[in-house]
This record gives sequence, structure tokens and C-alpha cells, in this order.
Amino acid sequence: MSARLMQGNEAIAEGALVAGVRFFGGYPITPSTEIAESLAKMLPKVGGTFIQMEDEIASMGVVLGASLAGRKVLTASSGPGISLKQELIGYASAAEIPVVIVNVQRVGPSTGQPTAPSQGDVMQARWGTHGDHSIIVLSPWSVREAFEVTVRAVNYAERFRTPVILLTDEIVGHLRENVELPDKVKVYPRRAPKISRAEGYEPYTPDEDLVPNIANFGEGYHIHVTGLIHDETGFPSGSPKVTREAIKRMHEKISRAEDEIVDVHREFMDDAEVAVVSFGGTSRTAYEAVLNARKRGLKVGFIRLVTIFPFADKIIRELSKNLRGLLVADLNFGQIVNEVERVAECPVKLCAKYDMTIFEPEEIEKSIDELVAEVK
Amino acid sequence: MRKQLRLSGSGGQGVITAAIILAEAAVTEGKNAVQSQSYGPEARGGASKSEVIIDDEKIYHPHVKNPDFVLAMTQKAADKYYADLNPEGTLILDDDLVPTSPAFKNIIRVPITKLAVEKLGKSLFANIVALGVLVKVTKLVDFETIKKSVAKRVPPHTVEQNMTALQLGFDAV
Repeated sequence: MSARLMQGNEAIAEGALVAGVRFFGGYPITPSTEIAESLAKMLPKVGGTFIQMEDEIASMGVVLGASLAGRKVLTASSGPGISLKQELIGYASAAEIPVVIVNVQRVGPSTGQPTAPSQGDVMQARWGTHGDHSIIVLSPWSVREAFEVTVRAVNYAERFRTPVILLTDEIVGHLRENVELPDKVKVYPRRAPKISRAEGYEPYTPDEDLVPNIANFGEGYHIHVTGLIHDETGFPSGSPKVTREAIKRMHEKISRAEDEIVDVHREFMDDAEVAVVSFGGTSRTAYEAVLNARKRGLKVGFIRLVTIFPFADKIIRELSKNLRGLLVADLNFGQIVNEVERVAECPVKLCAKYDMTIFEPEEIEKSIDELVAEVK
Repeated sequence: MRKQLRLSGSGGQGVITAAIILAEAAVTEGKNAVQSQSYGPEARGGASKSEVIIDDEKIYHPHVKNPDFVLAMTQKAADKYYADLNPEGTLILDDDLVPTSPAFKNIIRVPITKLAVEKLGKSLFANIVALGVLVKVTKLVDFETIKKSVAKRVPPHTVEQNMTALQLGFDAV
């Protein structure tokens, strides 16, 4: 396929389609609207369904229903809409319903700056819904990667039967650039029961990978789905043992695959004395800042989180052992920096920006210079 | 060689669409292009700006600094966005909508919106007239390429009028 100009949001829609998403429910909001717009055109052509609901809560409910009925599903929103979806994101966690939620971040809190870039929803992506829960959060830095990460998000949602947050931002969502997309991608199929009811099937019995093979609605298994803590039958249980095991399994089904899920893009780390950590659209500027600093003879490395959660504890800790300092470029008041500080074994410096404009390379370079001076 | 453009005006004038079409034409010709935009929360009337970077090398940071070309379709945009122009760059102004030229060396004034209204009956085509001007002035893409890109992006029943608009702009400078 030859190169074409494509927007990040459009690439998410393309990725969703090839990953097998056949149902989108949503409510438009800047800067995510193009995802809904694109899928409204694309889905009916492949026998899929697009539905605009009355609000973001209903949008989340309808995709969970469609997922339980066997469709691969995705919804997209931004700040205020993502806040509204939180309760049902927790429901998806508890009931183990595959779903991808795209958050094209803008400035918050509340209505904030609707059209302006920010990366302030990092901790919401991890802890936005209440209670102990596990989650996967991914973030792309280019239009091409927006496509790839969407495919990965859909596959993870299906494989682990979990909500996956695609945490992109206005920078990548609204950016257009030339891309060549692959014709074929690897797609994880919907999990299916391996045995019949007569053979003793229960919907929430975990498979070897700790993920249950829950039957789709309408396929004859008559399953029960609830947000209450439930046992293998899917019906509520008041037992401390069942509660402990349910919460433990929910975490372990993802943490045991962490080495595979955690994806960190690293460059110039062989000779690096300090390094810049960033993710998403901000990484494009951080990369340019690192290139500029290296041209000036500074030994600076580049660390980009493609997987935000589970956090790259092991990788950052190992890398930090050979570094004098880490600089975190946070397009927010300081969120990723706390995660980096938690695991790094070297000094950590924050370069924060929260004025509705993106970083300029010079701003990150100046912080690199300051860090180099501080850790000499 | 990196070339940077900034197209500015107010919401509804179509500067973002013009920038998309220009970036798309550059991609058709095998170049790397990045197009970004910034606008206010209003559907129409707020400040609107779109930036395009065209390069043979990879493009990371998406914002332009010291653009080679700035198009301004309102006085406010002209006053705001010419400041960091490359001193050897060019400032293109809508003759009627920008009455006062900023203090800059290379200015080209074109009655962009007036041409659209007088020849096509609608100010709606001003952005495509502007695109014709930009292609002529910047020489960044071939006129035949931009024609194809315009035809691809506009509603089918308006292709003919948009081709006229493009030619009007191209011939106006």
C-alpha cells in the first residue's frame, strides 16, 4: 500500500476495523470525534454497527452489552466523557468484559480547554474507577503507531477479557502525517467455551492463563453477569475466599503476562548518562530535544512508554542503575514522574507543562541541561 | 529541505482544510508531511490556525518555528502570526480582510475572498483560491498534484467550482 495522509484518530478507526471491532457506541466530543465519524462510515460497510447514544454512560453500557453478545467493541471520548464512563469501566473489570476505551486527552479538569492538548489523565486511566482492579493502558506517538496500538488494545481486551485504555492525546489524535498501513495484522479471536454445560462448564472458571472462557450471550449457555463479586458460576458470593481469589486472579491474569505487555521504546541508551522519559505526542518533542542535545555532545538517552500500565517498573529500574539522572517530560502537573520516582535508582527531575500548548524542543533541552548540571 | 507553512484565519474560512489538502499533495509526491491545527472551542468565528511541515527527512516535533510561508486571512491572524516568520520568508495576505500590512519585507497581497465571491459567488471557496496562491508562491507541489488532492477532498458536486477557485488563485500571483 502506498503512503497516504492520515489523522491519528482516523488511524485508530482503521486499526479497530482490522482488529475485528464490529460495534462502536459513543457520544462525540472534541478531540475524539473523528474516531466516531470514521467508524460511522466504515462499520456499516462491513456489517458492523455504529450507534450514537444519548450520553457517555449509555455509550459505555451499550458497548459492554454488545461485547457480551459476541462483538468486538470500542468506544472513544475525552476528559468529561471518560469521567462519566468510569463506573462501567469497573463493571467491565469485575465482569471480565472485553472493551477498548479510547481517551483522546485534552486539558482538564472538567470542561477545561476542549480543543487543547494535555496528558493529564494518566492516573485516571489507572485508577479512575473504584476498587482494586487491573487495567492495561497503551499510548501511541505517531499516526502509524495509533493504528498498531489500537490493534494491540483490541487483542489484549479479548485475550485477557479486560478493559483496555488507549490513552492518546490531542497531539497525535489530530495530527496528520504520511503512513503506510499493513494489509494484514494478527488478530486474537473471541475466547469460547471448551466444554459444554453437560461436561461441567461454568462461565467464570479460569483457563490455564487465568482468563475465563465466558460464553457469548445467545449461544445457549444461559450465563449470569454481575458487578458483584461472583464465583465460577457467575452468581454473587459472600465468601471471603471467593472475594480474595477473584481480586487476586483479576490482577494476576495481567501481571503474569507483564513482560510481554510492557513495551518501552529505547534509543541512545548504550552511552547515555541521563535520559528523558515521556509518552504519546510529547515523545515527538522529547525525541527532537534528545537529538539536539546529542548534537551538542551530551550523552542523553530516550525512553518512551508505549505501555503506560502495567508500569515499566523493571525496565526503568534496570535502566536507571546506569544513569546519573532521569528527566520526565510530563504534559501535566506531574503524573508519570511519580511512577518513575517510585522505581528509579537515580535522581529524577520533572519537566512539567500545563498551559494548553505542547512542549517546544528547547524547553525540554533546557531541562536536560539543568539535570546534567545537577547530577554532575 | 524542510519547508514550514502556517495558514491562519478565523474558524469557518477553511484554512485547516487547505492545509490538509496541501499536506496530502506533498505526500502524493513522495515527501514526508505533518499537518497540525489549533482552534478555539467555537464552531465558527474563533481564531484558527493550521501548520504544515514538508521534509525529505522524518518529522518528529509537529509545530513550526520560523515558518517559510504564512497565510493570513484576517487582520488578527496577520498581526499575531507573522512575528516569527523566517526573515527571508513570505507573508501572504487577503487583500480585503487584512487592511493593514504588518511591518515585514516580503508581503504578497491577494484579493483572495473577493475573487471567490466575485467569480464563484461564495466566500466558501476562498480557502481553495488561497491554496492556488500558495502552490504558485511556494512551488512546493506540482499544480497537477494539488488539483488531484483538491478533487479528492471536496464534495463531488463542487469539484468543478473548486478547480476554478484553484486556478483563480494560481493565476492571481
